[in-house]
Amino acid sequence: MDPLALDIAHLFAGGLVLVSFMLLYQDRMTGLVNTFALHALVVSLSVAWQANIQQAPHLYITATIALVVKAIVIPLALHRIIVRLGIHRTIEPVVGIGLTMLAGLGLVALSIMVMLPVTAQAGTLAREDLAFALSVILLGLLMMVSRRNAVSQVIGFLSIENGLILAATGAKGMPLVVEISVAFSILVALIVIGIFLFRIRERFETVDIHELHEHRGEQP
Amino acid sequence: MAIALELLVQAAQLALVLALAPLLTGYVRKVKARLLGRQGPPLLQPYRDLYRLLRKEVVLAHTASWVFRAAPYLIFATTWVAAALVPTFAAGLVFSNAADMIAIVALLGAARFMLALAGLDVGTSFGGIGSSREMMIASLAEPAMLMVVFTVSLLAGSTQLSSIAAALQAPGIGLRVSLALALVGLTMVAIAENGRIPIDNPATHLELTMVHEAMVLEYSGRHLALIEAASHLKLLLYVSVIGCVFVPWGIAAPSAGPLAFLVGLAAYLAKLAAAGFLLAVFESVIAKMRVFRYSDFLGAALMLGFLAALLLFVSRVT
Repeated sequence: MDPLALDIAHLFAGGLVLVSFMLLYQDRMTGLVNTFALHALVVSLSVAWQANIQQAPHLYITATIALVVKAIVIPLALHRIIVRLGIHRTIEPVVGIGLTMLAGLGLVALSIMVMLPVTAQAGTLAREDLAFALSVILLGLLMMVSRRNAVSQVIGFLSIENGLILAATGAKGMPLVVEISVAFSILVALIVIGIFLFRIRERFETVDIHELHEHRGEQP
Repeated sequence: MAIALELLVQAAQLALVLALAPLLTGYVRKVKARLLGRQGPPLLQPYRDLYRLLRKEVVLAHTASWVFRAAPYLIFATTWVAAALVPTFAAGLVFSNAADMIAIVALLGAARFMLALAGLDVGTSFGGIGSSREMMIASLAEPAMLMVVFTVSLLAGSTQLSSIAAALQAPGIGLRVSLALALVGLTMVAIAENGRIPIDNPATHLELTMVHEAMVLEYSGRHLALIEAASHLKLLLYVSVIGCVFVPWGIAAPSAGPLAFLVGLAAYLAKLAAAGFLLAVFESVIAKMRVFRYSDFLGAALMLGFLAALLLFVSRVT
C-alpha cells in the first residue's frame, strides 16, 4: 500500500486518540460538547479516508452518517439539553486531571502492547486501527468512570461508539446494515438518556451522580 | 583556509541570533498592538531600550551578593551559546557537533537555575515567589521538552540538531502523527518557558501572578539589559528549534555556497515572521491562566510528549 496513504490514515486515527485526551481534559460543558463534535468529525474523516484507500464506497455512507448524526445532530441536541438543564455555564469539578491523563496514557500503552502482538498476521492498517480503536474505547470508559456529571458520562459513552466504528472500518468491510442500526441505536440511546437526565434532575434537582449515592443507601 | 571560512560562517550565525532577537520581540509586540487596535511601539524599540539600559548606572541592593552580580552575565552567555548552536540558516557549522538537543536543554536549565538563584539572592518576597514559581514551571516543562526531544531523536536517529534537520528533510519520513504531537507539545513548552500569555504576561510589572518579571525586579542598568537580551534570545531560540526540526526546508547544506546561505537566510526570516505573527495572534485571543492551572497546561504538554513517543512504536511496524 502507498506509504503516504497509510500515513494519512495513521494521522487520522492518532488524531482521534488525541481528541479523546482533549475530552478528558475539558471541564466546561459547552467545550466538552464541542470537543465531542470534533471527535465525531475526526472519525468521519478517518472513515472517509479508509473508504478511499480500501476502494469501499459503502464506507462513505458510514462516514456521512457519522458526520451528520454524531458531529451535527447529537452535539446540537446535547447543547439544547445542557442549556435546558441550566448547566451550560458550570465548570465541572474534575478531580486530578493530571492523574486521569496519566491513567489514560497507561491505557494507550496497554492497548498498543496488547493489540500489536495479538494481530501479528493482520495488515499494518488493521493492526494500527485496532490498537488506536482500543485506546479510544478505553479512554471513553475512563471518562465514564472519572466524571461525576451525567452529561459527561453520556459523552464518554458516545466516544466509545466512535472507537468501535474506527475498529470496524479498519477490519475491512463492516456490513452497512450493522452501521445503520448502530447509528440508530445511538440516536435512540441519546433520546432515552436525554429523558433520563431530565427525570434525574426533576427528582434530585441535580445531574451530579454523586448526589444519588445517599438515595441508594450508601455512605458517601 | 577552509576552516577560517567555516569559523566565519559560525561567527556570522552567532552575530545573527544576537542581532535578530530584539527585532523578533519588537515584531511580536507590534503585531499584538495592531491586533488590539493600537499603534504600538516602533519595531526597533527593544534595541533602543537595550542601548539606554546599557548606559544607565547599576543600582544594587544592600543585601545583594556576588551571585546577584554574576548571574546576568552567566544567563546571557549560556542563552546566547544555546541560541547560536541551533541551526538557523545553515546546518552543519563548526560547532554543530555540540549542537545536541539535550545540551541545549541543559544550557537553558543552567540559565534558569542562575535566574532563580538571583531572584532569591536579594531576599525580597517578590523575587522569592517568582523563583519558586519558575521552578514549579521548570519541573514540568523540562520533562515535557525532553520527551519531545526523545521522540524527535528516535525518529531521526540522532540528538544532534543538524542531523535531525537533515533526516526530517528526507522524503522517507512521511506524515507522522508523532511529529504533530511533538510540535504541539514543544509549542506549549515554548510558550511556558518564554513567559508568554496563558502562563505569564510579558507586558506587565504589576500583577501578583507574574513569574519572570518578579525575579528580575531588582535588576537595573546593564544587568537588566543583559537579562532582557537573554529573554529575547530565548524566544528566538525556541522559534529556531521549532523551525529547524518541524519546518526544516530551506536550511543550507553544510558546505553550500553563499547563494544557498542567502536562500537559507531568507527562509529563516520568513519562518521567524510567520512564527511571530502566530504567537501574537495566539496571545491576543487567549486569556491568562490562574497559577494553579499551570500544572494542567504543562501536564498536557508532557502527556503529548509521552503520547508522541508511544505512538512511534505503532507507526509502520512492518
